Amino acid sequence: MSTLYYTVTDSATMLRRSLRHMLRYPSMTLLVIGMPVILLLLFTYVFGATLGAGIGALSGGRTAYVNYVAPGIILLTVATAAQGTAISVAMDTTEGIIARFRTMAISRASVLTGHVLGWMIQTMLSLAVVIGVALLMGFRPSAGPFAWIAAIGLLAMVTFALIWLSVALGLVSKSVETASNLPMFLMLLPFLGSGFVPTGSTPAVVRYFAEYQPFTPVIETLRGLLMGTPIGNSAILAVAWCAAITLVGYVWARALFNRDPAQ
Amino acid sequence: MTTTTLNRPAISATGLRKSYGDQVVLDGIELTVGDGTTFALLGPNGAGKTTMVQILSTLITADAGAMHVAGHDLAKNPNAVRAAIGVTGQFSAVDKLLTGEENLLLMADLHHLGQRESRQRAAALLDQFDLVEAAKKPAATYSGGMRRRLDLAMTLVGNPRLIFLDEPTAGLDPRSRRTMWQIIRDLVADGVTIFLTTQQLEEADQLADRIAVLDQGKLVAEGTADELKSRIAGGHIRLQFADPHALDSAAHSIEAASRDDDTLTLQVPSDGNVRSLRALLDQLDSASIEVDRLSIHTPDLDDVFFALTGHPTTQKEG
Repeated sequence: MSTLYYTVTDSATMLRRSLRHMLRYPSMTLLVIGMPVILLLLFTYVFGATLGAGIGALSGGRTAYVNYVAPGIILLTVATAAQGTAISVAMDTTEGIIARFRTMAISRASVLTGHVLGWMIQTMLSLAVVIGVALLMGFRPSAGPFAWIAAIGLLAMVTFALIWLSVALGLVSKSVETASNLPMFLMLLPFLGSGFVPTGSTPAVVRYFAEYQPFTPVIETLRGLLMGTPIGNSAILAVAWCAAITLVGYVWARALFNRDPAQ
Repeated sequence: MTTTTLNRPAISATGLRKSYGDQVVLDGIELTVGDGTTFALLGPNGAGKTTMVQILSTLITADAGAMHVAGHDLAKNPNAVRAAIGVTGQFSAVDKLLTGEENLLLMADLHHLGQRESRQRAAALLDQFDLVEAAKKPAATYSGGMRRRLDLAMTLVGNPRLIFLDEPTAGLDPRSRRTMWQIIRDLVADGVTIFLTTQQLEEADQLADRIAVLDQGKLVAEGTADELKSRIAGGHIRLQFADPHALDSAAHSIEAASRDDDTLTLQVPSDGNVRSLRALLDQLDSASIEVDRLSIHTPDLDDVFFALTGHPTTQKEG
């Protein structure tokens, strides 16, 4: 009958609820998977040949570009999942059910944990689908099993970080509309990094921003793990960014959830 | 389940205050709700009723005041309060994506009931609240009345001894309202303490042992329904006459009446009981006064307010 026991049981209950929501509201999952898949199709079949030539591929610009853009698209999936998280958290808090949970003798953390774990599972499954589509379109990673495990670990870390941040963004939003707009910047970040074109090809301001924003080291690490490009200090930076974002997201979300709900 | 608070009040509050910015929502509330009784908080929109329920049910914190709910100090031990209470708020607190049955099982899981007990409890509540047919449908497809019943059923999963109901019948059609009243009466018969808020005097009258009237964050009156009604001058019989002559003679023979020459009407104070009505008609008959039309007006919330505060109900947003 310990507190920990109740925290774990209540979190499991909330996780079941969260997973059930995903089954009942599949349009959210479709958004999370659909957005990156459409961009992948667009960037490969519409822009691919030209962009492929632009990044200096010797032959078959399109094939070369799929290999370049896939890691960025994979991360974009995490960003759309973050948006989905914020929306579902905001939908929950604007409904009366969260007020009910707050007046029950349950582990308060479990409400947030349920969302985080549910979205972790949903995002990892979405990532599998998006990677599968990329493979069908000619994405040919050179990674061995260990590099794949490391890449999955990295993706899990990024997902965990962005989902905690999105839980906070969902809680801070007064409406579902705001919650859907707030995490929009997360979707732009891969574009303003090395996700779609090498940062060297962009103007100085964009390059400067790209070098210091979190998505660039994450993309570079992922690309390094999957394609065998040099990683350098990107891995350390990526892990540090993930840890920092997780901490900020978690502390912020907890503080938001523990304060009195808005009138 | 026996309560350890039998001789203690279910709720006591002294000096309860709450403001949002400059706006004072609750201004020094003192109240006591006896164990096993039904208490109605009556007031218009914006009087502070919901805020009061939110504070007493641990949803938000008060700025000042000492409160005990179900024998526990609200500020020091909110979790013990939560374990003893059930809350059905004004806005339905059901999970719309889940079915009615899943909603009840979710509550059972959060109350840590075993799997068998959970199923039994859910089935019993679905039956009791007439939701068996809708059990497998998502709550989003429910009508307002069904959703409210599911909401209350969810509150009852944990067998709370003290239940807060914030405007339990607001927005319901008359039939659903009757059903809800009966459900509340059944709970009271089981010894549950009920704290409800309402805008309707009739509802408070029907359900509550004691009624408190809340106006702009202050309790302006408290008592039984009869005590309150005796302080209300709003109940009256309205007599309409065909000509000024009849009005004249009627006004002459009935002392307490107030006349209105423009509409040829006479208002006679009355609590609406049949005997006083018959006496009035007898009196008119014996004086051979012809009455064109008669209507009975029972006091409503506006009358209560006017009588108790000297101003009509002021509707505020929220």
